[in-house]
Amino acid sequence: MAKSNIVARTGNEAMAEAMRQINPDVVAAYPITPATEIVQIFAGYVADGLVKTEFVPVESEHSAMSACIGASAAGGRAMTGTSSQGLALMAEMLHIASGLRLPIVMADVNRALSSPINIHCDHSDTMMIKDAGWIQIFSENAQEGYDNMIQAIRIAEKAKLPTMVMTDGFIISHGMERIEILNDEDVQKFIGEYKPEHYLLNTEKPITIGALDLPDYYFEHRRQTIEAIRNSKSIIEDVSKEFGQKFGRTYGLFENYKLDDAEVAIVALGSTAGTTKTVVDALRAKGLKVGLLKPRVFRPFPKAEIADALKSLKAIAVMDRSDSMNGNEGPVCLEVKAALFDKGLNKTLVNYIYGLGGREIRTQDIEGIYKELIDASKGKAIEKIQYLGVRE
Amino acid sequence: MSDSKKKVTKPGWKGLPAGDLIIGGGTAREFKTGDWRSKRPVLIPEKCISCLTCWMYCPDSAVIVKDGKVVGFDYDHCKGCGICEHECPVKGKAIKMISEKEAKANQKNK
Repeated sequence: MAKSNIVARTGNEAMAEAMRQINPDVVAAYPITPATEIVQIFAGYVADGLVKTEFVPVESEHSAMSACIGASAAGGRAMTGTSSQGLALMAEMLHIASGLRLPIVMADVNRALSSPINIHCDHSDTMMIKDAGWIQIFSENAQEGYDNMIQAIRIAEKAKLPTMVMTDGFIISHGMERIEILNDEDVQKFIGEYKPEHYLLNTEKPITIGALDLPDYYFEHRRQTIEAIRNSKSIIEDVSKEFGQKFGRTYGLFENYKLDDAEVAIVALGSTAGTTKTVVDALRAKGLKVGLLKPRVFRPFPKAEIADALKSLKAIAVMDRSDSMNGNEGPVCLEVKAALFDKGLNKTLVNYIYGLGGREIRTQDIEGIYKELIDASKGKAIEKIQYLGVRE
Repeated sequence: MSDSKKKVTKPGWKGLPAGDLIIGGGTAREFKTGDWRSKRPVLIPEKCISCLTCWMYCPDSAVIVKDGKVVGFDYDHCKGCGICEHECPVKGKAIKMISEKEAKANQKNK
């Protein structure tokens, strides 16, 4: 295993550190709480000459993503970071980045969308653009955020798809943790040199990018992007495996935590998965067969694999830190339900909408969910969509 | 004019370069923009005085001039706007706009 350095870093500091080691050609960004520090710290690296990056301080997130698209189309490695309203303002350009198949990598620090205005964590920003053709990788803690950023470069460039790495606002972004930083040269060796096949600054091989498609071509180009997302699943698996072999921290499309012999389980993204692990350990010590499935990759959604991992459970809770505003389940639950349906599995499945606008989720809340699941697995009636911790 | 009714086999999604990409330079030359015209200008050579007023006014540079004389129109790019006919200073006009339907019927009769 390669030499590593153990340091104390907040999530934002860890993301900025990853960006320094990646040393991209262009970073274009606009500040927004709670993601500001990532690019603020990175701008310091630029000023101190620690990176060769061209830093573009733009006037909005729409411009930030536009500048990244231009830089990436020109043939450079482009990165940015944002959150919530910033991501919403980028929305138009996000679809263009994926349609043009540009491997831009972005840190998205999860924060609730207005209105009401709120700066704290939930996943409504990421979920709003889940259909934009970006690969989406969630992180449980600062270490995962750091590791995911480095892997995202390789994943994006191989898949020719933009990739966003999520950390939970404040919970991860501002919480300080012990993390292991890789050596600069090991990061550089792992990501390699970016050699795009076609790029605008290549005067030897001129190209047109982003031309108008009428009904006779648009569908074919969209079909290509659909296929790219589908194919990115094995690319993510390969890159994650290689990362694990080189640096000792192994990742998959999702993580099973004490799931093999579990009778009931929770499906949860991000930092809540970490809290859930503590509860799983405590309940296991009492002899209860509980487990956790933590989706790491939300786009592409590993449908068949997740259904397979959940097939033996008697009752499942799917945690959604945002709502789909469809009058029914949240986005993660819809995906899990579709996955189970395809396998012909009719499970007792409960959707917990929780933590909106940074509402705390405590270990005792999660313990309560496991208890409800155990009761439900024994036949007790249970409300299928619940709003955890909301005042009635 | 290129025949818009001609059957062209277009590539499927597997055969296209990825990412809304057109490989190669100067490809605008291959793009015929005159195929949605409903009327076309026809030159009456015996009336034309080659003053080049139509050539100056044409917004698509579709008036073909050879050795200082107007010889016809580039129907691959002419949109049929009729400015050439409108601006023609010759009494009785040296340019006449006719419908595409009429133009096609004339071609068949030839």
